[in-house]
Amino acid sequence: MSATTTDEEPMPTKTTPQVKMSVRNLNFFYGNKQVLFGNTLEIDEHQVTAFIGPSGCGKSTHIRTYNRMFDLYKGHRTEGEIIMDGRNILDTKESSLDLRHHVGMIFQKPTPFPMSIFDNIAYGLRLHGSLSKSEIEGRVEKALVDAALWEEVKDALPHPGTSLSGGQQQRLCIARALAIEPQVILMDEPCSALDPIATTKIEELISELKGRFTIVIVTHNMQQAARVSDNTAFFYLGKLVEFSRTDVMFSSPVKQETEDYIAGRFG
Amino acid sequence: MNRVQRAVAGDTLFRGITRGFAGGIIVLFATLIIMLWQQALPSIHAFGFGFLIDSSWNPVTNQFGAWIPIFGTLFSTFLALLFAIPLSLGIALFLAELAPTWMRAPFGTAIELLAAIPSIVYGMWGLFVLSPLLADYLQPWLQDHIGGPLFLGAPMGIGMLTAGMILALMIIPFIASVTRDVFLMVPQQLKEAAYGLGCTTWEVVRDVMIPYGKKGIAGAVFLGMGRALGETMAVTFVIGNAYHLSWSLLAPGNSIASTLANEFTEADSDLYLSSLIELGLVLFLITFIVLAIAQWWLRPRKMGADQ
Amino acid sequence: MSAPAARPPATRPNIKSHIMRRRILVNRFILLLSMLAAVGGLFMLIWILGDVAMRGASSINWDFFTQLPTPPGTTDEPSGVANAIVGTLLMTTIATLIAVPFGVLAGTYLAEFGKESKFGATARFISDILVSAPSIVIGVFVYLLLVKPMGNFSGWAGAVSLAIIMLPVVTRTSEEMLRLVPTEMREAALALGAPYWKMLVQVIYRAAKTGMMTGIMLAVARVAGETAPLLFTSLNSPYWMDSMNEPMANLTTDLFNYAMSPYADWQRQAWGIAFLITMSVLVVTIITRLALHQRSDA
Repeated sequence: MSATTTDEEPMPTKTTPQVKMSVRNLNFFYGNKQVLFGNTLEIDEHQVTAFIGPSGCGKSTHIRTYNRMFDLYKGHRTEGEIIMDGRNILDTKESSLDLRHHVGMIFQKPTPFPMSIFDNIAYGLRLHGSLSKSEIEGRVEKALVDAALWEEVKDALPHPGTSLSGGQQQRLCIARALAIEPQVILMDEPCSALDPIATTKIEELISELKGRFTIVIVTHNMQQAARVSDNTAFFYLGKLVEFSRTDVMFSSPVKQETEDYIAGRFG
Repeated sequence: MNRVQRAVAGDTLFRGITRGFAGGIIVLFATLIIMLWQQALPSIHAFGFGFLIDSSWNPVTNQFGAWIPIFGTLFSTFLALLFAIPLSLGIALFLAELAPTWMRAPFGTAIELLAAIPSIVYGMWGLFVLSPLLADYLQPWLQDHIGGPLFLGAPMGIGMLTAGMILALMIIPFIASVTRDVFLMVPQQLKEAAYGLGCTTWEVVRDVMIPYGKKGIAGAVFLGMGRALGETMAVTFVIGNAYHLSWSLLAPGNSIASTLANEFTEADSDLYLSSLIELGLVLFLITFIVLAIAQWWLRPRKMGADQ
Repeated sequence: MSAPAARPPATRPNIKSHIMRRRILVNRFILLLSMLAAVGGLFMLIWILGDVAMRGASSINWDFFTQLPTPPGTTDEPSGVANAIVGTLLMTTIATLIAVPFGVLAGTYLAEFGKESKFGATARFISDILVSAPSIVIGVFVYLLLVKPMGNFSGWAGAVSLAIIMLPVVTRTSEEMLRLVPTEMREAALALGAPYWKMLVQVIYRAAKTGMMTGIMLAVARVAGETAPLLFTSLNSPYWMDSMNEPMANLTTDLFNYAMSPYADWQRQAWGIAFLITMSVLVVTIITRLALHQRSDA
């Protein structure tokens, strides 16, 4: 069920998805500077939620709270709650290591680790526990198949991850995230460093994956949001301006800022 | 000559001059090798290849074999690397990842200042301050609690162990600051990707940062090794200067550089002097090989592109 | 793809917690070791500098700077290392005067003309080797090159050996600093119709000046503390020098001789020299670094 800052949102008619993450009144601070202001929204399970908005609007900052990436930096802090499976993941007592097993992330630029294609994917599996060699091999293959990369790399598994093309590297990173079977996958502008063909492949992949994973994608490309997402959130100056079903947002936005942004009048 | 011709002539002349000086470096290097070789010839003729593996060094009988100083040089350098590599990695990790931001610059400068202290001061400090402490506390403890062939002999404070420790202290700032720079060059997104997979800080360092920067780190280790091999004054003070072949870390020994420092001006026969020069040539060749490997290793190539 | 209405409470089980606990413990342990290593490094710096200052500062007085050395055990005469201070300054200065023009011009070739050529690559490779070459071997080389043919140890030989140690450092720093100057600046100067060499001398050197000065100062600080190459070139002397053609007193070999001697008063003097050299080198290093930082902040 999509929460919204507006009251007059038409309810979706078909299946009503479960809520996977519920964000309540999220504030974010870089030191003393507040960059997110009372964001409240819900991420539906097995749906694609897109975050759009002009540069610096806070959409990337917002998504990076979902796996507590801000923990790495001193002076970065949050207020509010993000409830996932009945637990507040922002609670400092919650293990961020554990959280990140369940919430995977894909970055703007492909980030293959300095190891072979195989090890890039096996790495997360080995990290988490004691799988046998054949189990790992099976999971690596499955992840590569899921990421639509298997056919291209099955004969090149011992080669370094960096030897792949940019689009392949990004799909390798997706496979790496899939391998540990997270529940949520965060994508922070995953196509911004890729060419149009590679972008298309990633978008197709997102559509296939949403049956099994909950996907949140930050994008500066509105057409992409329209193509891949079920729900869309529009951020502006750290505030969540509008949040609704994607078809609704793009056909009849409620707020003037949203309409201006979608019409390309700023950003 | 018109303006254009003058400009062309000026360019040619300037280029020629700078080329001459760059060539001067090559000439200097060639002269160095040729001169050492020529002056080492009497010793090379007298002792042949056996010079390198013979362990007798006796100015009275004019019998010279370089094995003891060669062994001492290699052994003390090995010990220095053994101490310095883990400590340097630890320091680099702290400076690049763990220390609060305000602490990084002053702390980093402090570590680099260790490299500015002249080597002779290290030697003197090692002799007068460190070795008495080692003789009184560490070395007896090592003998009592570990023992074995590595810790034989009277705990005198000076010897291989002390030389290795002082050398380590001298090369740590060097390896640590290069390693820190290498760590800082690892792209933030790559680190975040590893954290995003649920890695601990140590796992990110071990599996992503060190493999990503291994070329630079290995280069730094090689350069530190080159430095330790040729270090003279610090070692001369604390190694014991004894022609004594032993695997014991507590035994006094000798290195090529300390032999040269102690005996060069006292060489009273031509063969003695020639043997010392051959010793210098051997040291130069050892460091040359190590540094050449480092250069080869550090040559520009695709980053992180091997498994 | 809708989930069953009654969501099981444990959709997010804790991962095998013993593995997790072990990983967290290992992580903490390594981070602790890392911090200890860093604190240990700082501790060593403070320890060494503190020792040198405590033992050496008391030897520093007016006589230390103005008097000649005395034989061990002399109590009725004032004793100092004035000749060695002058000798070190003199040899370091001459070494700088030889190495800087040589190194800057060689570095210019490497940065501007010899980027691709085999010749340039060879000179660069050899410079890199010489930067880390054992300084004692340089001493042996200069002994063979100058001392043996001239028949005596001399200040010149000492200065030349220091210059050879400085040369590769100055060369490589100059090359790197010249390369840092943006291409646009070169093009702007050439677009004005300046010949290449004038562009270099009048514009590029000026742009690279601070960086090159930094490299030079660090190289000077380094050779000022060098001992090994002086042992068989300048040797040492208890007297004032009449010319550069005779053995010349200098601080580092004085320090070596005094420290290795069995005499308490000489050893005290050695700590005084250690204090003087260390402080001078550190002060030059720190000032140079600050200058560099100010520049990079601007």
